[in-house]
Amino acid sequence: MTAIATSRPVGRTTLALALPLLTAAVLIAGWHAAVVASGSDLFPKPYEVVNGIVELAERGLLVKYVVASLFRVTWGFSLAVLVGVPLGLVLGWFRPAYLALNPLIQVLRPISPIAWIPVAILWFGIEDTAPIFLIFLASVFPITVSAMAAVQNMQQVYLRAAKNFGLTGLPLFARVILPAALPQILTGIRIALGVAWLVVVAAEMIAVQSGLGYLINDARNAGKRYDLVVAGMVLIGLVGLVLDLLVRRLERFDSVRWGYGQR
Amino acid sequence: MSFPGKESQPVHVLERVGFQVRAGEFVCIVGPSGCGKSTLLNVLGGFLKETKGDVRVEGARVTGPDPGRIFVFQENGVFPWLTVEQNVGFGLWRKSARERAERVRHYVEMVGLAGFERSYPRELSGGMRQRVEIARALAADARMLFMDEPFGALDFLTRLKMRADLVRIWQAEKKTILFVTHDIEEAVQLADRVLVMTKRPATIQAEVAIDLPRPRDLDSPGYLAARDRIFELMGMDAHGSFVAAT
Repeated sequence: MTAIATSRPVGRTTLALALPLLTAAVLIAGWHAAVVASGSDLFPKPYEVVNGIVELAERGLLVKYVVASLFRVTWGFSLAVLVGVPLGLVLGWFRPAYLALNPLIQVLRPISPIAWIPVAILWFGIEDTAPIFLIFLASVFPITVSAMAAVQNMQQVYLRAAKNFGLTGLPLFARVILPAALPQILTGIRIALGVAWLVVVAAEMIAVQSGLGYLINDARNAGKRYDLVVAGMVLIGLVGLVLDLLVRRLERFDSVRWGYGQR
Repeated sequence: MSFPGKESQPVHVLERVGFQVRAGEFVCIVGPSGCGKSTLLNVLGGFLKETKGDVRVEGARVTGPDPGRIFVFQENGVFPWLTVEQNVGFGLWRKSARERAERVRHYVEMVGLAGFERSYPRELSGGMRQRVEIARALAADARMLFMDEPFGALDFLTRLKMRADLVRIWQAEKKTILFVTHDIEEAVQLADRVLVMTKRPATIQAEVAIDLPRPRDLDSPGYLAARDRIFELMGMDAHGSFVAAT
């Protein structure tokens, strides 16, 4: 009994590490075999992509492009949080504000940020401002809508308790409405960060001369360097994963953990 | 009083409800489920607006929720993002930090949660969460507690313990308590006086004074007589059979 009880968690962690590694190994082997079988000299084999990443690192482009992309995401996304959270709280709380603005939001929301690229270039030129604007647009809607829904779906008992203790106005917002809405807002923020990272790549393909999106487009245009194209894709995936893990860590704080179901 | 119902047909919930409660008295309100007991408590608490009539508590018209009359909710209104001590101190923001800490310590101890000051509600049992809510109301120095089936979601043994503790706290604090329940036994165990309500549109059908010493002996003839009297008023006997002639 004791042996089983102690060995089980160990077995699980081993499995949780071994299975994804196995999947990756099978995929990489399949990839290699497929490229060899097809006889393609354009599409890279896995080790050529690794060499591509090393080459980028040696030319100093790896850090430069990752930083350039993260810089744009940081600005666009931070602006979206600063605008989206208060806007969503207000829309969720004041019915007239909701009635006035919600239809507009629902019309703007389904327009892909990609569709805004020509407009962004017209307004902001091919500076950093254009992609930052696009990232802002892409992430502000999920954040606003989640904050709005969080306030609207808030458990009424918290509101009643707060009013019972005489809370009104700004203290009511700060001490009860915001903390009650925070777990759902954080979920919206996580979705928005994912979208922001998707959009930065698209924006960089058109509007600017640096970043991982630019790398992909540039590598294809300048000499069909598909090893660097795939290297760019791999880097985008890895950075995206790290960003998501970072936001997930926020969900473990005591002030929001109650909102994610029972442990 | 009535509420707008479906197809704009108003639903009469309460009619001609009038009763008096003395300061420091423990009054239970019982009645069939859906009769409007909670509605009555919500109107008194200022959470619902009466359509006709006049609600007066302590001589003044009730216009909204009041920190002097704190509600304890069945569904538990403890804030899950605050610790036990932050919850208990919630209504004390006007007090100095020292007085706040003092009161929080006193009431956390009174409800038996010493040692759990830094715990979050999700780490506590249902009964402990209700204790936090009671401590929060007491710490804010409310004159009246309005309790809406506060132990309804708890298991049987926890409920018994909570009742005993509530009586002990009430005796120490001398608060006026209005306690709504559908549980006749609970009402007789707790109250100085039990108000029995009728079906909708509800009115107060009878008042039963429970003049028994506390802690109450649940087998004493006085206890059983009071319990059976209320069962009878509600058209049932204590074994669940309907009584024909009431």
